[in-house]
Amino acid sequence: MTDPKNNLQEGDPETTGHEWDGIQEFNNPLPRWWLWCLYATIVWGVAYTIAYPAWPMISGATPGVLGYSTRAEVVEDIARYDALNTDLRTQLTDVELAAVTQQEMPDLYNYAIQSGRSTFATWCSQCHGRGAAGVQAAGYPNLLDDDWLWGGTLEDIQMTIAHGIRNEEDPDARWSEMTAFDEILTDEEVSQVVNYVLDVSAQEADATLVAAGEEVYLNNCAACHGDNAMGDRFLGAPNLTDRIWLYGGTPEAIEETVRYSRFGVMPPWSGRLSDAEVRATAIYVHSLGGGE
Amino acid sequence: MASTDTPPKLYKAQEPIFPKRVTGTFRNLKWAIMIVTLGIYYVTPWIRWDRGPNLPDQAVLVDMANRRFFFFWIEIWPHEFYFVAGLLIMAGLGLFLFTSALGRVWCGYTCPQTVWTDLFYTVERWIEGDRNARLRLWKADWGFRKWRLRITKWIVWLLIAVATGGAWVFYFADAPTLLRDLLTGQAAFVAYGTVAFLTATTFLFGGFAREQICIYACPWPRIQAAMMDEHSITVAYRDWRGEPRGKGKNRRVVAEKAIADSRLAGSLVTGQEPGSTTTASPDIQVLGDCIDCNACVNVCPMGIDIRDGQQMECITCALCIDACDEIMDRTGRERGLIDYLALTDEAHEREGNKKVPILRHILRPRTLIYTALWSAIGIGLVVALFVRSEIDLTVAPVRNPQFVTLSDGAIRNTYDIRIRNMTAEDTVFRIGLTSEEVLRVDLEGSQDLMVEVPADETFLQRVYVIARPDDPAASAERTDLRFWVEEFGTTERAYQSQTFFGQVPQ
Ligand code: SF4
Ligand code: SF4
Repeated sequence: MTDPKNNLQEGDPETTGHEWDGIQEFNNPLPRWWLWCLYATIVWGVAYTIAYPAWPMISGATPGVLGYSTRAEVVEDIARYDALNTDLRTQLTDVELAAVTQQEMPDLYNYAIQSGRSTFATWCSQCHGRGAAGVQAAGYPNLLDDDWLWGGTLEDIQMTIAHGIRNEEDPDARWSEMTAFDEILTDEEVSQVVNYVLDVSAQEADATLVAAGEEVYLNNCAACHGDNAMGDRFLGAPNLTDRIWLYGGTPEAIEETVRYSRFGVMPPWSGRLSDAEVRATAIYVHSLGGGE
Repeated sequence: MASTDTPPKLYKAQEPIFPKRVTGTFRNLKWAIMIVTLGIYYVTPWIRWDRGPNLPDQAVLVDMANRRFFFFWIEIWPHEFYFVAGLLIMAGLGLFLFTSALGRVWCGYTCPQTVWTDLFYTVERWIEGDRNARLRLWKADWGFRKWRLRITKWIVWLLIAVATGGAWVFYFADAPTLLRDLLTGQAAFVAYGTVAFLTATTFLFGGFAREQICIYACPWPRIQAAMMDEHSITVAYRDWRGEPRGKGKNRRVVAEKAIADSRLAGSLVTGQEPGSTTTASPDIQVLGDCIDCNACVNVCPMGIDIRDGQQMECITCALCIDACDEIMDRTGRERGLIDYLALTDEAHEREGNKKVPILRHILRPRTLIYTALWSAIGIGLVVALFVRSEIDLTVAPVRNPQFVTLSDGAIRNTYDIRIRNMTAEDTVFRIGLTSEEVLRVDLEGSQDLMVEVPADETFLQRVYVIARPDDPAASAERTDLRFWVEEFGTTERAYQSQTFFGQVPQ
C-alpha cells in the first residue's frame, strides 16, 4: 500500500491506494447522474415486485397488487382474435365449399387454409402425420395422393372428418367391414387369390396360381372389390389394381389382409370441432394435392 | 495506507462547463456541417417522389408494414437485405478509414450528440449570454431574471427536441398524413411513444448530460482510441513550442530584464529554444509561445485543458485551435500552437524539422487499403442495384413426405414457390421447369401454368412436379431441376435450382 497522495500532481484525484508494479489507480468517482440512475432502478425494482407477480413461492409466485397474469392475457387475446374472425367463420359455415377458392374468395380461402392447418396439426397429425402422408404399416391413409377410399371431393372429405370411419359413436359414420377369410378359404385358395391380386396390380405373380385365383376372387371378393378389382367407393372397398396400398402391397401384407381382414377406425370430429373448423380442415386437406 | 482526513467521495457531481464563443476556420466548418446535417435530417422525409399509383410518394421511407425500403428511385425488398448489410459494412469501414486518418473527426463534427449539444449551447449563449454572463447567472440567486432566462432556454430546447423526435417518425410513414394524425391525436401509440422518447433523450442529452454522454455513456471513445495509430491526426498542443508558458506580466519582467541587460537583447523571443536559459543570466528563462491566456480552456465544450496532453475526453472539435490561433495572431506569433498533429510530429518537429503536411499523414498504406475496400463494396452495391431483376422467386421444397406415390405409380414432389412482383403493375407469370427428364408440372388450384401476382406483392404458389412411373427420375434418388418464372409476354426469366426425389427400388 502506498500513500494515496504519493506521486500525484496538483488537481489529480486520489488513488485507490493499490499499486501494481508501480502503477497506481486513480479513484475516479462515478458521476452523480449515474448514481441516481442506479437508485432509480432499485426503486423501480422494488415497485415492480410489489405491482407484478415476482417472487417464487412454494406453489406459484407472489401475485402482485395489479392482478396481472399472462394466462388471463392469453385468454383475452384469444377471445379478441376469435371475435375478429367471427365474420369469416359464419361465412365459412354458410358458403358452398367448392366456392372457396383462392381466386374467388382469397380472404376466406386463406382463413380456411390457416385454420385448417392448425386444426390438422392439433387433431389429425397424430395418425396422418404432420405432413399428412399417413403411416402405411399402421393403415393410416396418405392424404396427399390421388387415391380415396371414400371419395376425395370437398364434400366427401368434409363428411369423413365430421363422422369418421367405422366408429360406433356416430351413426352417420362411414361403415363397411371385410370378411376374414382365414376360416373360409383353404390355405391353397388363399395363396391363389393373393397371387391373383398381385397380378392385377401389375406385380410379379405365379402364373398358375393366378388362373385359379381368379375363380376364388370372383366367388369371394368381387362383391365388394368389383369384377375388375377396381374397388367401390360407396363401400370404401379399395381399388386393388393401383399402386397405392393402405396396409402395404407385398404378398405377406396382402395375405394378412385376406386371412384376418382389416378394420381401420377414425373418430368423428363433428362433436369436438365446430362446423367451421371441420370445413376449414376439409379445404386444407383438399388443397394438399390429392383433392378431386 | 496513509490516512486521509476526509474519505474520498465515491460519486462525482458534474462540473458545469461554460464554453466561450469562438470564431475561426473550424468553427465555420462546424456551422456548415451542422446546417447541412440537421437540414438533411429535418427535410428529407418531406421530399416527395412520384412512383405511380399504389406506391408511396415519399422519397425516403422505411415501410415497416409492407417491409419495403424506399430511397428515391430505389426500392429495397426484405430479401435484398444485403444492400443494407453492405451499407453497414461500408459505414464500419468508413469509420476505420476516418479514424485511422483523422482521429475522432466523427466525434468532433458529425456525431449527433456533438451536433445537438452544439446547437443547444448556441441557444444557451443566445439567451443567457457568453461565458462570463452565464457564469454570473449560474452563481446568481434564483430570482425573477434567472427563472425567466432559464425557462426561456428550456422552452427553446424543448421545441428543438420535439422537432428532432418528430422528424424521426416521418421516415416511417407518409409525412403529411402522419403530421396531421399526430396533431389530431389519431396517430399510432408507437408514433407518440417514439416522439416522446426522442424528445426526452434529445432534451436531456443535449441540454444537461452533454459531455457526460461522451465521457461515460459512449463506447466510441474507447473503440476509436484502439483504431488510431501514431500517424493519425488529432488535436494537440505543440508543447515544444509553447512551454514554458508564461503570462503577460512574467513576459514583461523577462523582457525588461533583457532590455536592461543589453547582452540579452533579442533572446526573449527569437533565436533561442523555448525553455533554455540564457548564457548570460541563468535566472532568465526563455518563455515559449503560450501566454497562458486560457482561451483554449475556456472554449472547450468538454471542459479540459488540451495543454495537458492527449485526453480521453477530447472530441477533437478543434475549437481550441480557433481560439489559440486568434491569440497567436494578436501576439504576432505563428498560428498552430494548438493544431491538428500526428503523434510522430512531436519528435520530428522537436528536432527543428519542418512541419509534415497533413496530407502525408493521411495518405499511407493503411488508409489507402481501407479506401480501396470501401470503394470496392460501394461499386459492388451499385452494380448489384443495376443488375437486379424485377421478378424474383424462391422455391421451398416440401419434404414431409419427400415424395408421394400416385395411383398409377407416378412419383410426385411438392414445392412452394414464392414469386415477388417488384414491378408497379399486376403481372401474369408463367411457371416452368428445365430438366433432363420429362417431368410434368401442376399448379395447385389452377388449370394452366400461369399465376397473376398483384403489383408490388409476393405470391405463394404450391407446385407439383410429377415423374411418370417409367421416367428415370421416378426411380432415381435425386434429379436436378430448375424452376423458372417468366413475365408473361416477355422473355425475362428468373431461375431457381432444386432437387427432385424419386423412389429408389429396393
Ligand atoms: S481540447 Fe476541447 S476544444 Fe480542444 S479539440 Fe478537444 S474537446 Fe475540442
Ligand atoms: S489559447 Fe493558446 S496561448 Fe492561450 S493558453 Fe491556450 S495554448 Fe496558450
